[in-house]
Amino acid sequence: MTALLSVNGVKTYYGKIVALRGVDVEINEGEIVTLIGANGAGKSTLMMTICGSPRASEGSIVFGGKDITNLPTHDIMRMSISQSPEGRRIFPRMTVLENLQMGAAAIGFDHFDADIDRVFGLFPILKKRQGQRGGTLSGGEQQMLAIARALMSRPKLLLLDEPSLGLAPLIVRQIFDVLRDLNQKEGLTVFLVEQNAYHALRLAHRGYVMVNGEITMTGAGRELLKREEVRAAYLEGGAH
Amino acid sequence: MANSTEESALSTSAVGAEIEDERRAEAVRGEPPFTVNPPSGDAFGAALKDAIISALIALALAGPMVGLRTETAIGGLSLTQNWMPVAAIVAVVFFGRLFLTLFVWGRSSGIRSVAATSFRLLPSGTQLSNWKVPGLIGAIAFTIVMPFLPFADRYWMDQAIVILTYCMLGWGLNVVVGLAGLLDLGYVAFYAVGAYSFALLATNFDLGFWVCLPMAGILAAGWGLILGFPVLRLRGDYLAIVTLAFGEIIRVVIINWYDFTNGPDGISGIPRPTLFGIPFDRSDEGFAAIFGLEYSSIQRIIFLYYIILVLALITNFVTLRLRRLPVGRAWEALREDEIACRSLGINTTNTKLTAFATGAMFGGFAGSFFATRQGFISPESFTAIESFIILAVVVLGGLGSQLGIVIAVIFLNTAFEVLRELQEYRMLIVGLAMVLIMVWRPRGLISTRHPSITLKGKAKAVRAELVGEGSG
Repeated sequence: MTALLSVNGVKTYYGKIVALRGVDVEINEGEIVTLIGANGAGKSTLMMTICGSPRASEGSIVFGGKDITNLPTHDIMRMSISQSPEGRRIFPRMTVLENLQMGAAAIGFDHFDADIDRVFGLFPILKKRQGQRGGTLSGGEQQMLAIARALMSRPKLLLLDEPSLGLAPLIVRQIFDVLRDLNQKEGLTVFLVEQNAYHALRLAHRGYVMVNGEITMTGAGRELLKREEVRAAYLEGGAH
Repeated sequence: MANSTEESALSTSAVGAEIEDERRAEAVRGEPPFTVNPPSGDAFGAALKDAIISALIALALAGPMVGLRTETAIGGLSLTQNWMPVAAIVAVVFFGRLFLTLFVWGRSSGIRSVAATSFRLLPSGTQLSNWKVPGLIGAIAFTIVMPFLPFADRYWMDQAIVILTYCMLGWGLNVVVGLAGLLDLGYVAFYAVGAYSFALLATNFDLGFWVCLPMAGILAAGWGLILGFPVLRLRGDYLAIVTLAFGEIIRVVIINWYDFTNGPDGISGIPRPTLFGIPFDRSDEGFAAIFGLEYSSIQRIIFLYYIILVLALITNFVTLRLRRLPVGRAWEALREDEIACRSLGINTTNTKLTAFATGAMFGGFAGSFFATRQGFISPESFTAIESFIILAVVVLGGLGSQLGIVIAVIFLNTAFEVLRELQEYRMLIVGLAMVLIMVWRPRGLISTRHPSITLKGKAKAVRAELVGEGSG
C-alpha cells in the first residue's frame, strides 16, 4: 500500500533554530494517525510544514504521489488536503454559514448544498447556530465549526491540530466520535496532532511520538498506549 | 469518581485501533465519499482576464478601422490618426464585458453558482433591514431631485458635490480597510494619481473627461498594485507606515518632477466634462443654447453633481456586489484571519492585490472628477490630512458599513462648515467630537455586519451588536 502522505527526512528551521530534525512520517489511505508529544516538540511545526508554511529546508513531502514540498500553501490546500489549524482560527465576525462557505472556497460551490447538509448532519449544533457569528460560539462549537469548515472542501486527508484544546471531556469525545465515524464510514484519512495522548492513541490506528523535533517512537495506537515510557511521559504516570 | 464514569463511557464507544481489519477494509473499500473536484478559478480574476482579452480584440479591430483613416490630400492619400474613439471603444468593451461577466452572465455561467443553490445571496438592499428599504429608495430619489428643489443654490450644490466625493472616496477606501482589513494611510495617493492622470492626459493629448476617466481608474489601479506588491507581507502598524510613506512619496514626486507635473504650480486649464460633446458654456453649441435655456453657471454644477452621484452609486453598487462574490468574501475572510485563509486554499497574495487595486481604482475615478470639477490641481490638494479624513470617515462610519460612511461624511462636512467661523479651533472641536463618538460607539456609527448568505426563508439578517467582540 503506498502512503497517501509521506514525509521524508524533513528538517525545518525557524531562523537558526532547528524545529524538525529529519522527520519521517507515513500516512496510509483510510488511516487515523496521531502525533503526540510535549509542548515545543515540533508537532504543530510538522503540521504547518506539510502545508508549506514554514517550508521544509531539507527532505520531501509527497501527497498522493506528488511532491508538494515547494508548492505555495494555497495550492497545497487545494489538493484535497484540509486543515483545521491550531486554535481553530474560525472567522469570528462571519456567521457559521459564511465560515462554511469559505471552507468550500477551494473547490467551488457545485456541491455546496449537499456538503452543508453533510456537515450539519455530523454536527447538528452548527445547524442551529448557522446564522450566529463564529466568535459568539462556545469553544466546543468553534472547534466543530473548524472541522466542519475543513470538511467543506471534500478532503481525502484531514489535518487536525489539537482539536481537544481547552474543551470539556464530553465535547472531546463527541468530536472524536465524529472523526471515527468519518474514518470508518467514509474512509477519510486523518492526521491528528494531540496533547491529549490518551484519547488520541485510543482513536488512532497508528501513532508517532515526537520529542525535540524527532520521532522517537512509533507503533499501533493501543500498543503505544501500553508502553511504560509513553504512559510515564504523556499520561501522568498512567493515572488514567 | 467522575474520572471512572468518563472511562467507562469511553470504553463502550472508543474502538479506535481495535477496529477489526475487515471493518476497516470495508470502510476503505469503494470510492471515498469526497471526490476530488478541480478547483474553480478565482471568478473575479477570470472575469478580469476575459475583459482584458475582449479589450485587446477590440483594440486590434478598432485600431486599424477607426484609429487610422485615409484622406485625400494633395499628391495622393494621407493617413490621419484618430485614437480618441479607439480608446473609448476599448474602454467601453473592457468595462462592459467585465460588468456583464460579473453581474449578468455570471448567473448562468457558474461564476455566481452559489445563487443556483438553495442558499441565496442577499440582495444589495439588505444592507439595510427591510423596513429601511423605503428609506433607501427615498434617499436616492431625494438625491436625484435635489438640484431642482427651491433651496438648492450654488452653495448647497457645492456642499452636496463635496459630500458625494468623500462618500465615493470613503467607499473606495472601505474596500481596502473595511473589507480586506488592510490599514491604508496613503489613500490620497490614488486620488492624486487619478487627478493627475486625467489632468495630464487631458492637457497633453487634448482628450476629454469621459475618455480619460477609465484610463485614470486603470492607472490608479496599477499604482494600487505597485503599492500592493512590496507590502504583501506586512500587516497592521507596519503596513500603515509604508502606506503613509507611499502617499507622501507620490506627493513629493509630483512637487519635484517639474517638467512632467508642473510641480507646485499645478496644472490649470483642465477641460470641463461635456454631455455627449455638448459643453456647458455660453457658446452657440453650449448646453443652454441647444436646449433653449437661459445660460446659467448652475447648469454645469448640476451636471457635475449628477456625474459624481452616478460615480458614487456605481462605487457603492460594485462594492456591495463584490462582497457577495468569492473575491469579496475572501477579502472579508482575510480581514478576519489570514492564516485560516491560507489553510482554506485562498490565494492571499491575489486577494490583497485585488483589494488594493479595486480600492485604488475608485480613488482614481474620484480624483479625475476632482480635477475636472476644479479645473486646476496642485499637490496641495493631496496632503496626508486628506488621507486621514478619508480614513476617519471609514472608521467613524463603522468599518465595512456603506451607510455608516455616508452618515460620517455628512457629519464631518457639516461640522467643518458650521465651525468655519472658528478657524483654527475648528479641527480641535471636530477632533473632540470624533473622540466622543468613538467613546459612545467604539465600533463606529453603524457597526452591524450583515451576512452575505443566509438560508432560504430566513432572510432576517442576524443583528450583531457584538461585531468583533467574541473571538474566544
